[in-house]
Formats: sequence, C-alpha cells, structure tokens
Amino acid sequence: MIYLYPRYIRLWHMLNTVFMLILILTGLCMQYSSRDASIISFPVAVQMHNISGIILTASYLLFIIGNFLRGNGKHYRIQWQGFKKRMFIQLRYYMFGYLKKQNHPYPVSRERKFNPLQAFTYALIMYIALPLVVISGWGLLFPETIHGGVFGVSGLVLTDLLHVIMGFLLSIFMIIHIYTITLGHHPLRNFRSIVTGWHHTEDT
Amino acid sequence: MIEPVSSKGQEPDELDAYREVSEFVDDNEACFRCHGESKFQLEDELTGRVLTRKVYGDHKILREEYYASNHKSFPCFDCHSKDFAIFPHPLEGRLEEPWACLDCHGYDEDYAHYQFEKIEEEYLASTHHLATEEFSCWKCHDNHSYRISIRNTENLTETIAYDNAICLSCHADFDEFQLLTDREGINIIQTHDWLPNQGLHFQHVRCIECHTQVNDSILVAHLVLPKEEAVQNCNECHSSDSRLMHTLYKHQSLEAREKYGFLNAVVINEAYVIGANRNYFLNRASVIIFGLVIGGLAIHIIARIRKRV
Repeated sequence: MIYLYPRYIRLWHMLNTVFMLILILTGLCMQYSSRDASIISFPVAVQMHNISGIILTASYLLFIIGNFLRGNGKHYRIQWQGFKKRMFIQLRYYMFGYLKKQNHPYPVSRERKFNPLQAFTYALIMYIALPLVVISGWGLLFPETIHGGVFGVSGLVLTDLLHVIMGFLLSIFMIIHIYTITLGHHPLRNFRSIVTGWHHTEDT
Repeated sequence: MIEPVSSKGQEPDELDAYREVSEFVDDNEACFRCHGESKFQLEDELTGRVLTRKVYGDHKILREEYYASNHKSFPCFDCHSKDFAIFPHPLEGRLEEPWACLDCHGYDEDYAHYQFEKIEEEYLASTHHLATEEFSCWKCHDNHSYRISIRNTENLTETIAYDNAICLSCHADFDEFQLLTDREGINIIQTHDWLPNQGLHFQHVRCIECHTQVNDSILVAHLVLPKEEAVQNCNECHSSDSRLMHTLYKHQSLEAREKYGFLNAVVINEAYVIGANRNYFLNRASVIIFGLVIGGLAIHIIARIRKRV
C-alpha cells in the first residue's frame, strides 16, 4: 500500500465528484426541460447549477494551486516519446489483458500515479475541457459580458454550444472514469483509496 | 384674422424623398407645416403680433415616421375630416370617431390572410378592451407611425425593441398610462423582479410573449391577458416545445422547426434560450457517442462476469 492521495487531493476530488454530478444532473434538467413534470424544476435547476458551478470553480483553483505548490502536476505531463505504443499497450490491457488476469503493464507507484491512458485523458479533462466548461459557464452566468459573434452566429449561442459540448464530454468521461475505477482487485477498493488516500499497488 | 405660420417648414426639394412613397406630399404639407414641426407660430394679421407655441405629444407627427409607416401613401384627409382644413380646428372635428382597423381592413378578400376579424375578436376579449372603452387599435398601433415589424423582420432584436416600445409607451410612462386607468402607479422593473436576467429577457423577447394568449391561427396574438394570468413558468419558453415557437419565432421557423428543432435552421444567430436551443446534429451525435460508450462498457462487464474477473 502506498499513500497516493494527500488530503487536498482527496478534498478536491470529493468536491469535484459531488458538484460535477449535480452539474450534470441539473444541466440535463435544463437542457431537456419540459412543461411536464421534471426531476428538478427549471428555476431550481438553474440555481443549483449556478451555485455548483461557482463551487466547482473554487475546487478547480484548489486543484491548480495544489498541483503548483505540491508537485502533483507532474503526473499530468504527457510523455510524447513512445506515446502511441504506450497508449496501445494500456488500451489492450483494459480490453483483453485485464480479462485474462495479466499483470498491469504500468503498475501504480509514487512516481507513476497514472497509467499512460489515464495521464493523457486526465490532462485533457483537467487542462482543456474543465477550463473551457468553467469559462463558458461563467460567461453564461453573466451573459451581458458576452459580446459579438462569428459568421453571424451570436457569441451567446457559441458559448452555449461550447458549454454543452464540454459538459457532454465531461459526462462521458465521468461514466468511463467511474467504471474503470471498478477494475481493481475488488470493484470497490479503488473507491476506498480516494477516501483514505492509501492505494493498493496491485490495483489498476 | 389669426393664421398658423410654420416657423421652419420644409423646402420643397427636401420633400422629394417622401414623394417616392406618396403622391399627396404637397397636400399633406398643409397639416405638416404645423404638426410636422416642434413648434408653430400664430400671427395676428391686424396687429402683426406673432406667438410661438409648442406642438405637444400626440399632435406632433414626424414626416420621416409617417412616410415610413404602413399608411404612408394616404392623404391626411382620407382619415381626417375636412374640418381640419379650418384653423383653429373646429371642436366637432376633434371629437369625431376615428376609423378603426376593421373599417378598412375587415371583411375584405384582399386582407383576408391577415385575419383582421380574428384579431378584433381577440382584442375585444383582451384586458385592454375590457378595462376601458377608450382603448382602441390606435393606442398600440400609432395611426401616423405604425409599421409592420415582425412579418418583415431582418433584425429580430430591433423588432423586439420596436414592439416592446409600443407597450412601454404607456406602461413605462405614467402620463400616458393614467389617461386610461385609475391605477396609481407603474413600475415594470419591480413587477418583473422575479424574472432572472431581467434586462436580457426584455431585450430578447417581446412583452406579448408572456402577456397574451397564444393563438396559432394569427401571427401576432392580440388577446392581452390580465397581469395575474401572465406566464411565470420558465418551462413555457425553456423547453423543446417552447412557447416562443408559437409567438416570437412563429413566422421564421414554421418549416424548419419540424425537422431541426428550435431555431436551429433559421434564427439561431439571434436567439439563445436554455432548454429550447437543442441542436439537432449535436443531439444525434451525443446519442450515438453515449450509446457506443454504454455498449462498450456493457460488453466489458459481460466479459468480466464470464471470466469472473
């Protein structure tokens, strides 16, 4: 067992999980709102979405500052040399090797918290998708700040499209992320790791 | 004898632009020389004394507005009594019943597709008509400046501002408002306090979107509802079957909406309505991607169960 997730990472991750799920749920309620009964009424969904978005922004800043001060950011650096080969090996392991109970090609260690596929997708999510969804979200929170447009399409519509597309990609990521967490020796053991901070080295 | 003397007037060549839309420009100048100016002068021919007076409110008619209005080609005396040719205007002329829309447009095949009769039915049931008999078509559709806007719109934002200005001319101007009601105050901002992003709503939808009863058979609903019955449910607009489809965007989106959903094809460049702007192509793509992901995970789960991993 290694101590992999310090307290600030666990706090950030917990905030991220809770508020991301609320944002996805309330975002869906708004995007697919209807005059008939809905899970959450439109005005309540808007309020919850706005508040959750603000908290998620704070949580993201915590992540960025923590990464900068505590060196956690190094795990998100993509090693471009041999990138394709390592991605292929990892993907093959998830698809076939895991099912044949083969050893993990990139076991977790203090120096390598994420396998190549994780490092790549987490970097995309945390440094591209999340900032875009946060910035566009703040734009929609203060729509009067959005000016202009491109090719006659209003800036507000473009911001909305960006926000919805990024929100959708983050939702897809959440589904895959939650599923891959179950790929440990026991389906719940990785969940326990992010709560306690201690990770079983034989888990993916 | 007292004669009105225009203090400024228009030079004949300044009227040329108007002559392109009306053959009665010179006749109409008999009226516009006072009513088309901010002030007029009265001269006593005996004493030579000249008084300058202001042209107030409803009596001031801007030439550029009149000659851009729907009724621009009409001579003044088509609608007004010839008594108005006399100065000072006789009181009988001032109290004459003005023409209503249906007097010219009603029950006429040429105007049948505008359905003025249905518009009148709605108006007669509206809170405006029920509140006071002094209300008439002209209170909203200014006789001298009204022009069709939504039907010919090229810029929806401007059209919305134009249409909302009609409502605000009374509902945001107590001097006008009190002419028709005994209510003691109006405060649009306060009464719409509940509305989030109030300014944006006011800029991007017309008052009548929420304050009229939708009627699919006419382009612009005229059944203005009592304030208690105004729409306050967000989902009325913020949903795929948005109320705006039947009101503001009715004209532009009749064909496109069936296939592509709210506004995707026609006015997406001007509108953004959460819950209604569902992009047809993105929706399709998202369902496919979501299906592939869930399918892939389901296959993996089945394989795990079979392999007991």
